[in-house]
Amino acid sequence: MSQSRLRTFIAYVEDLPGVLNRVTSLFRRRSYNIGSLTVGRTHEAGVSRMTIVMEADDDDARRIEANLYKLVNVLRVDDTTKRATVARELALIKVRADAASRPSVMQVCEVFRARVIDVGPEALICEITGTADKIDGLVDVLLPFGVVEMVRTGAVAMVRSAEARGRDSDLPQAPPGASDAAA
Amino acid sequence: MTDPANRMRTGAQILWEALHREGVEVVFGYPGGAIMPAYDALLESPVKHVLVRHEQGAAHMADGYARASGKVGVAVATSGPGATNLVTGIATAMLDSVPIVCITGQVSSRVIGTDAFQETDITGVTLPITKHNYLVTHVDQIAPTIREAFYVARSGRPGPVLVDITKDAQQAKMEPVYSDAPVRLRGYRPDHRAPREDLARAAAMIDAAKRPVILAGHGIVKAEASALLAEFVAKTGIPVASTLLGLGGFPASHDLALGMMGMHGEAWVNKAIQEADLLVALGMRFDDRVTGNLETYAVNAKKIHCELDPAEINKNVRVDLALVGDVKDTLASLLTLTTKTVRHGWLDRIGSLKGDSAVRDIQQMPHDQDRLFAAHVMHDLWRITEGKALVVSDVGQHQMWEAQYYKHDYPRKLITSGGLGTMGFALPAAIGARFAMPDEEIWVVVGDGGFQMTACELSTAAQEGIKLNIAIINNGYLGMVRQWQQFFYDGRYSATPLRSPDFVKLAEAHGLTGLRVTKRDEVESVVAQARATPGVVVIDFRVEQEDSVYPMVPAGADLHDMIRRPSPIVETAADE
Repeated sequence: MSQSRLRTFIAYVEDLPGVLNRVTSLFRRRSYNIGSLTVGRTHEAGVSRMTIVMEADDDDARRIEANLYKLVNVLRVDDTTKRATVARELALIKVRADAASRPSVMQVCEVFRARVIDVGPEALICEITGTADKIDGLVDVLLPFGVVEMVRTGAVAMVRSAEARGRDSDLPQAPPGASDAAA
Repeated sequence: MTDPANRMRTGAQILWEALHREGVEVVFGYPGGAIMPAYDALLESPVKHVLVRHEQGAAHMADGYARASGKVGVAVATSGPGATNLVTGIATAMLDSVPIVCITGQVSSRVIGTDAFQETDITGVTLPITKHNYLVTHVDQIAPTIREAFYVARSGRPGPVLVDITKDAQQAKMEPVYSDAPVRLRGYRPDHRAPREDLARAAAMIDAAKRPVILAGHGIVKAEASALLAEFVAKTGIPVASTLLGLGGFPASHDLALGMMGMHGEAWVNKAIQEADLLVALGMRFDDRVTGNLETYAVNAKKIHCELDPAEINKNVRVDLALVGDVKDTLASLLTLTTKTVRHGWLDRIGSLKGDSAVRDIQQMPHDQDRLFAAHVMHDLWRITEGKALVVSDVGQHQMWEAQYYKHDYPRKLITSGGLGTMGFALPAAIGARFAMPDEEIWVVVGDGGFQMTACELSTAAQEGIKLNIAIINNGYLGMVRQWQQFFYDGRYSATPLRSPDFVKLAEAHGLTGLRVTKRDEVESVVAQARATPGVVVIDFRVEQEDSVYPMVPAGADLHDMIRRPSPIVETAADE
């Protein structure tokens, strides 16, 4: 039994009404808790792409992948956890900042390469893009100033090789199970 | 050339033509507002319609039809309550991987989402209990969706598919286009084949095993792999244990047939599994009723899992090798790759385990004139019908007694709700099976509780004028729950005593035949009378009220830790 860890799945799905519901319903039904889920169009007509981040061990991960494949509208699933991947998340953070504290807050933002996109008399809003860790780090430092509200998009991810996507998205890879059952 | 206007058809007409083209001969359903266009067009269709008394019955009939025939069963219902009444039947088919297609009417597309009269989001409701479902809002989607629905229902690991069609789509007209081309979906790839090197590895493991057991499941029946399994067993000499739904997939009368495994399996079967050094699981999914405590389940055995659905691998039991693919293909490969083996020591060991067994129980149970044991009823029914009847059982004690004492030698001769355990399944499922198998002898075996859940379908059977024999195992309790209360709740019988109507009079009220048996000596003559009587015959078997099913592995207990039939009912010298 392997250890549970944070995993990132990329699922290509048909861009049809109700498909997101089918995917989330699967996770709910099998009692898996999604950390984050993002969905958007791809460059290919009729194909959407989901990035799903969640805690799972190796067995869970394999079953999640196999269960996703059982959904008729799912075209392809990649568990990117063991592959070189870039992942990014965007957050908007509203921080309490008056005339006195504003320079300190802005300095912190600069160190984290966050952009200040709105400034008011009492608070400012900064935007940061990066890994979940980097965003967590910024939030930790901003908390003492007073975080008024925050919104995060959840991660989007991409594998780092040229062929990662495969040549023919219409031909998904065989679901897992056969040869690696004992792995 | 016909005038183009004459070639126009309504969605409702296209629906029936599409069903007809899929080979549908009979559907089970109930009309209502949102499906009325389809019911109007039905009058000109060659498809036969059976009017049920409750939509749950329609889904179970489609299910029974599918299980008996291997074809896709079809249920039809209207929107709202008609559709939601199908839900239990759909979930039953889902858990047992039965291919059915449910057609539901839906309110017109322009009022969807307005809480219109009899509007229910049935695709939303059935999302987790269907293999796939569709909402059809345009007439041009009807024919292709029906074709796709049948393909999805029967391909790969089969399952229920629901097609919800709006009333305006049924009413709209178009010049129909039907495709005969194979269905090809972008993402859905239901077929798998185990790699050759894994098959070779499996064969080597099988050849090397000293104490192997085959676990034969529903997949053997579904894949029509019974003959191949018999060949494989003849070559490898491996004894076969069956799941409940696997019964009949391998002949019970075969020397190497062990019988049923699991919670109410024979003691020796469970012990053999626990002592095995190799389990070859064929088309089964290690359900908790089969494994008992997973921590202690067959700890000394390597496990090979031959299964079509990759999501079943390592779900409950970690296996050493998975062969994902159609079990028939897998068996065919293993048959050529394995070598002929005889394992005298292991078979002798299993033989010695048979000292204590359910079959012995039946000889030990008192046979005085005033008592009737359900086990005797099942045993006698098996003997009188020469084990050749198609038995449709419900859920509960009688289901287990049937599984233990009616020895099935042929596949598709036992139809029962395994995974969901749906009480009320048997009578409607048997009506469905009757339309698939017009000439077979069919027996419904059902408890007094389950029978009353769907007894309204007696009226359906009467209207259709079909022949069925119904054996009500009437013990005046919700027997299986009563048994659990006796074993695990200090005998506190909460809500299990059950008063029933006079089943003989109930049959007669339907214009059917009702008979009663209270003593074992009457079984033979009454069964003979039922077989000779046309139409539906209901037999009220008044059996022992507080008898229990033995042996029993309590839920979650170790598989070898069984509750045995207590003395003084049985005095088996060989018992531990």
